[in-house]
Amino acid sequence: MSTLLERLRLRAVVLDAMRGFFASRGYLAVETPVRVPAPALELHIDAPPSGSAFLRTSPELHLKRLLGLGADRVFELGPCFREGERGARHLPEFTMLEWCRTHATYQDLMTETEALFAAVWEAARGCVAFTPPAMDVRAPWPRWTVRDTFLTLAGWDPVAHWDADRFDLDLVGKVEPQLPRDRPLILMDYPVEAAALARCRMGPPAVAERWELYAGGMELANAFGELTDAAEQRRRFAQCARARAALGKTVYPMDEAFLAALERGLPPCAGIALGVDRLIMLLTGSARIDDVRAFVA
Amino acid sequence: MYEVSDLRKGLKIEINGQPYEVTEFEFMKPGKGQAIYTCRIKHMINGSTMVKTYRQVDRIDIPQLSNKECAYSYQDGDVYVFMDENFEQVNLTKEFLGDRRHFLAEDMHVEILFHNNVAVDITLPTFVEKEVIFTEPGARGNTATNVFKPATVTGGYEVAVPLFLNQGDIIKIDTRTGKYADRVSKK
Repeated sequence: MSTLLERLRLRAVVLDAMRGFFASRGYLAVETPVRVPAPALELHIDAPPSGSAFLRTSPELHLKRLLGLGADRVFELGPCFREGERGARHLPEFTMLEWCRTHATYQDLMTETEALFAAVWEAARGCVAFTPPAMDVRAPWPRWTVRDTFLTLAGWDPVAHWDADRFDLDLVGKVEPQLPRDRPLILMDYPVEAAALARCRMGPPAVAERWELYAGGMELANAFGELTDAAEQRRRFAQCARARAALGKTVYPMDEAFLAALERGLPPCAGIALGVDRLIMLLTGSARIDDVRAFVA
Repeated sequence: MYEVSDLRKGLKIEINGQPYEVTEFEFMKPGKGQAIYTCRIKHMINGSTMVKTYRQVDRIDIPQLSNKECAYSYQDGDVYVFMDENFEQVNLTKEFLGDRRHFLAEDMHVEILFHNNVAVDITLPTFVEKEVIFTEPGARGNTATNVFKPATVTGGYEVAVPLFLNQGDIIKIDTRTGKYADRVSKK
């Protein structure tokens, strides 16, 4: 097992490699607000309050606004926050890499993420702390649909018959433990009810253009063919606000500046967020997220 | 009722009227989904284990547990008899006590944990002193503390002790683990 300082050196090397990767592809490095008045409305993601505002749970809404302002490719590397999340792979404060680009599909992001991994592996290889699991990270990674994966590993089709509770329980209890670990895996085409901020595609079957990356038994990234329809976005936020209220959760204000940007028009785009700490866990063979950060508050 | 956020290792909970202790606990959260708490739990009486998952909205029963201070009285075959402060008798079996039965001494004060008036656990004083009544002679001059040999102590309990111990030495045993802790005095 490497020392904390050795892991932090690898972490620094990987962060540099990420910045270099995106710079070489014409991405603009940006810093968007960490403290926000209107965090994205999601049923199961809670933003810690900060005075009269909140700490962001993701920079996605601001990054999409930048696309609306004419940036074609933007990325941000920085802290995000999730109230009440603490476990071997969860911290209330963690580091997220998020990037999005116009005139790209969620499939384009698959290829780009494969290329990012190649660059990161190459950079990390020279580090003392580099002890990744036995895994072939070369492209292309297998792409499995949620429908086929659930039919095979959990015995039912959540795309045809949505059941939120059963989906979450089976994902954690049946699907994730059985996913292959010798390669990264893309789980794609989520039920429309689990679309979050993804756009939906007419069927059959109708699915959300969303995928998640699994590697070494961990969920590492979430990607969307981004929803750009302002009316549909407002409807989803409102629906989520009602669901949060019903659960007694804080209902965040709607991000009207974001909705206005959608109303002005956004080119078709795709975006993805990747948990940097988990990637460092994977590269250093660490079992706990605490092992890859200098300090855990 | 406990909330799911109360779950942690060591928490005692009740499921269908049965007392369990959480032995492992993991917070999981599938992307965009709800938090799932996966626990391995152990039945407090029969020791059987199972995995249980909880969602944020679930509530968990709190077991009715009470501790009673008792004094060990006497042994009657496979039954060990204790008295509480009101001189009510509490009988525990050899099987229930396991190795801990070897560490009992008359009038020893112990804590017995009850679940709905059924004894589920017993806590002895952390250390007991016992005399070594048999062990192979100690290797003179060998003060290594990481090499062990078997020894029998008063009452017939067998424990691994460092090589330098001899018959007649008084040792301290940790009742939580049943292991040798220290030498108290040399013969």
